[in-house]
Amino acid sequence: MSEPDEVLDCRGQRCPLPVIALARRLPQLPVGAVLRVLADDPAAAVDIPAWCRMRAQEFLGAVAGGSSYDVRRSR
Amino acid sequence: MFVSASPVYLDAATAAPLHPVARQAMLAALEDGWADPGRLYTQARRARQLLDAAREATAATLGVRADELSFTPSGTTAAHAAVLGGLIGRRRVGAILVHSAIEHSAVLHAAERHVAGGGSAVSVPVDRAGRLDLDAWSAAVRAPGVAFAALIGASHEVGTVQPVPAAAAGCADAGVPLYVDAAQLIGRAPVPAGWSVLSASAHKWGGPPGVGLLVVRKGTRWESPFPADERESGRTPGVLNLPAVVAAAASLRAAAADAAAETTRLAPLVDRIRHRVAAEVPDVEVVGDPVDRLPHLVTFSCLYVDGEALLHALDRRGFAVSSGSSCTSSTLRPSHVLEAMGVLSHGNVRVSLHRETTEADVERFLAELPGIVADLRAEAGVVGL
Repeated sequence: MSEPDEVLDCRGQRCPLPVIALARRLPQLPVGAVLRVLADDPAAAVDIPAWCRMRAQEFLGAVAGGSSYDVRRSR
Repeated sequence: MFVSASPVYLDAATAAPLHPVARQAMLAALEDGWADPGRLYTQARRARQLLDAAREATAATLGVRADELSFTPSGTTAAHAAVLGGLIGRRRVGAILVHSAIEHSAVLHAAERHVAGGGSAVSVPVDRAGRLDLDAWSAAVRAPGVAFAALIGASHEVGTVQPVPAAAAGCADAGVPLYVDAAQLIGRAPVPAGWSVLSASAHKWGGPPGVGLLVVRKGTRWESPFPADERESGRTPGVLNLPAVVAAAASLRAAAADAAAETTRLAPLVDRIRHRVAAEVPDVEVVGDPVDRLPHLVTFSCLYVDGEALLHALDRRGFAVSSGSSCTSSTLRPSHVLEAMGVLSHGNVRVSLHRETTEADVERFLAELPGIVADLRAEAGVVGL
């Protein structure tokens, strides 16, 4: 997976804080930008893709190594 | 702080309020049901009569033979025995357990024990609505070395009814016995055919806690995973809590007699919750199959809301519900069911209705929920995200 445009460190935060941080930051980036969310709460693996689906943003996948997820602003 | 005058209990999928018939039967059985039914004196014979009558009534309600049915000390014990006994009975065939990804944790814990002992387990996925992937299931049970298969009859977390007849047909083609966890079906909905082993739990239908059912059909290769004990056809050890068993049997008969009418009453209330929550709470995901579902249960997740905070806020207004969000679990992991479905796991609420739930209860819940969620979002500063 290529390098993201920005990294958001949400390690140590419990659900739903990583998703809230993602929802705050992504709209501030240009369309097409990739935001990497570092989150070690197990719920992030479920909730970040679910948020992308609900908000019609592009979930690029979990980054190898775990606890890290890439999202592209698609609109 | 506002404290509601009338508490509204909406967690029947965990434990339904005790049915009045169960209370009466238990009080009556306390008189005669204290003796060990295995002994050979008058008091024991009276206890044996109560146990036999409870077994025959329960078997008749389920449409099985009385000697196929054993009472267990809990639904969890029944589920553990179902899985481990089915695997032991077929150990010469292989050591693979096939199960859905959305089984009750009791089944998954039995599977973990099996794997820890050198066996293996294959988890079959579900779709976004929580419905079993039948193609994957059929392929999994056909694989060489599969000893046993486990499928929940209907999801206890999201209500989606599973395609048991089709899954059973796949098992029959492969010659693999099927265990159905019917905890949410018994006393509420018909149990589909095709299973070899079945379990249930009395406190889900209005019976007392501490009584489970384990049914093993004739001809099934099943061996008790417990040390030898002659009680309950050798399927589950220990003296039963006979007054509770009698109460479980009496309340099951009552619940089953009312099941069709209760479905007619409760299913539209669940529909109302599904539609009103989706329409009146912003950014909410109502999960589970909207049509092929249990009549009494509905689950939804509220974006950006902490599940534990939501449960406490609802409790302060008198509403008792449960949640699959990770912050509400002792392990701090989200519900494996919501995870398998790929739906939002935080801000999750499961509402489950029962025979005492009124339309007014549901209306009050629907009237208060949007404000409760809005307040929590305002406190967290997430409005407009």
